Amino acid sequence: MPRVGLFITCVNDALYPETPKAVVRILERLGYDVDFPAAQTCCGQMHANSGYREDAAALARSFEQVFADYDAIVTPSGSCAAMTRDQYPHLTGTDIGRRVYELSEFLLDVAGTEDVGARFPHTVTYHPTCHGTRALGLGDKPLRLLRAVEGITLVDLPAADQCCGFGGTFALKNTEVSSAMLADKCRHAAGTGAEYLAAADNSCLTHIGGGIARLDHQPGPRGPRPIHYAEILASRA
Amino acid sequence: MSTDAAANGPAVVPAASLIPADAPFPKAAKVALGMPQLRSNLAHATGTIRAKRANVVGELDDWERLRDAAAAIKADVQRRLPELAVEFERNATAAGARVHWARDAREANEIAARIVREAGAEEVVKVKSMATQEIELNEHFEAEGLKAFETDLAELIVQLAEDKPSHILVPAIHYNRDEIRDIFVQKLSRQKMGGDGVATGLTNDPAALAEAARLHLRRRFLSATAAVSGANFAVAETGSLVVVESEGNGRMCLTMPETLVSIVGIEKLLPSFGDLEVFMQLLPRSSTGERMNPYTSVWTGAREGDGPRNVHIVLLDNGRTDVLADEVGRQALSCIRCSACLNVCPVYERTGGHAYGHVYPGPIGAILAPQLEPGRHDDLPYASSLCGACYEVCPVKIDIPEVLVHLRQQGPHPAGERAAMGAARAVMARPRLWRTALRAARFGSAPWRRKGFMRRLPWPVSKTALSKWTASRDLPVPPQEHFRDWWKERER
Repeated sequence: MPRVGLFITCVNDALYPETPKAVVRILERLGYDVDFPAAQTCCGQMHANSGYREDAAALARSFEQVFADYDAIVTPSGSCAAMTRDQYPHLTGTDIGRRVYELSEFLLDVAGTEDVGARFPHTVTYHPTCHGTRALGLGDKPLRLLRAVEGITLVDLPAADQCCGFGGTFALKNTEVSSAMLADKCRHAAGTGAEYLAAADNSCLTHIGGGIARLDHQPGPRGPRPIHYAEILASRA
Repeated sequence: MSTDAAANGPAVVPAASLIPADAPFPKAAKVALGMPQLRSNLAHATGTIRAKRANVVGELDDWERLRDAAAAIKADVQRRLPELAVEFERNATAAGARVHWARDAREANEIAARIVREAGAEEVVKVKSMATQEIELNEHFEAEGLKAFETDLAELIVQLAEDKPSHILVPAIHYNRDEIRDIFVQKLSRQKMGGDGVATGLTNDPAALAEAARLHLRRRFLSATAAVSGANFAVAETGSLVVVESEGNGRMCLTMPETLVSIVGIEKLLPSFGDLEVFMQLLPRSSTGERMNPYTSVWTGAREGDGPRNVHIVLLDNGRTDVLADEVGRQALSCIRCSACLNVCPVYERTGGHAYGHVYPGPIGAILAPQLEPGRHDDLPYASSLCGACYEVCPVKIDIPEVLVHLRQQGPHPAGERAAMGAARAVMARPRLWRTALRAARFGSAPWRRKGFMRRLPWPVSKTALSKWTASRDLPVPPQEHFRDWWKERER
């Protein structure tokens, strides 16, 4: 059995405990022994993508130290996984990213399973997040896992491949453009009538969820509830 | 006059006059976002081209290999640009062309104006060309008392509207056909143009609009003795130039006048004629979403009795060799100006081209403009959410997100932001401090926990850039129990 280290990401560390808990439950259900190295913090993506190379490199080196001894590092974030794989080689010259797996990659490519024994009797629409889909090349991996969930009804999200407008500090530096992109994403999500909007990145879901919550204070249809797809896969409701 | 205005329809206000070109991108973008007609025109047009492109690209099962080949050819060109440029000069000269070298925009404009004047011409017809937009040739000619007439339909619309292009391939993308009709009626009316002018009864039917432009342009083609063009490709092996176009206006300009001046960026070089095979498959599909473009003109020097007798080629640097020196940034020089990245960009789709404040807008502009004019467009590398849609469609595989991040890492940073990022790193690099910060955020946000979200950030956070978040999004409140607490409890 490979030694599996869980990288929960700083966003989940601060805001979303249920997502990493779900990852632990799924992996343990499949018989893996999961470890959570408590010294972990952030992969450095915010710094790197905002132009702070030295700060990002320092955080990358910490990441490498914390996760040096694991055969596989599993994370519920497409964009953090892409960060370690695409940018670490340029920042620190390391290839640790080859051992980092976004959850769906680990489940399909390492564990070799599509059906993780979940049950989730709800309507769900899926947003393929940009870094997961394009930078990491996840393709439809998370969707394949979701399709195998018992009781789930998946509905297509119109213009699914369009960015939600988050983009890290882009949301702050170009708030108006970001908000215009978000408004379209929220409109499409609400139009599906789904109960949940699933994605592979809680940072994007914070953005979309924040937009939908804001819409909720206004008249009109309520949007779907944002949920990380790992929580659906862990569910046995 | 008011009666004229009534007969000619509402005056079309040039978009470039409303969107401040010198303002930082976020500010200019905000103005563009507030123009509903512009936004609906852009969304409609980019959506249409996007779908067309996806269709014709999907037909080729070797698309990815074509992209790889194109990227490899361009990388090879960049490695031996000096020798290829000299080879091109030698072969073009041997075929009867005059080759000039221009270090910058000023030199290129002066050379072009001198050639036109020496040919005894006072006006030129123009083939659509980004290089001449980049060096502002039309403006220079006007200041010199020469007239440059655009003959590409969309460029003509922009020129008549006294506007600026907002897209590389479709410079009038921000206008719909009602607005184009109004521009034609106002600028090409019979009062102004004589009997050949358009009637006030002109409809917005595309065929009628094209016919009005055709009648107007025909006079220009027949009277012009000099033309100015750019080139899509310059073949070193043969000294040939290639122009790829759709309307036939290019063919007219390239064959009818006696004198032809072509302004060509040095990155347009290709080693051999055979290399065109790759690009002629990639370019039409990526730009107009067509399998093949209607007109491809290839000319090699000058030939008696066949096209222009005075053939001049101005090889333009204008910052390109400096871009070449940057190992990561130089891939921007592979661009073939297809505009596929603009059409898929969620930012461009919502702001249009004027907000970028540069002749090259969209994702490619965001990496090209700051490199061609260092220090002048430091805001552009941030005009992207790094979604990667541009890289996915780029026919020459320019990793635009990679270059955007690279340029962000070069550029200056605002002091406040630098301090905040430094503080964040200081906390995140120390696990104990990080845990303390998590706990502090949990306690600090306790008053909002029942609500579950914040509509506004509390003071003093509300005074920071973070407050921009709550402009359009609520913020979730940190949980009662963090994952690490749960894990610790569980391990016990």
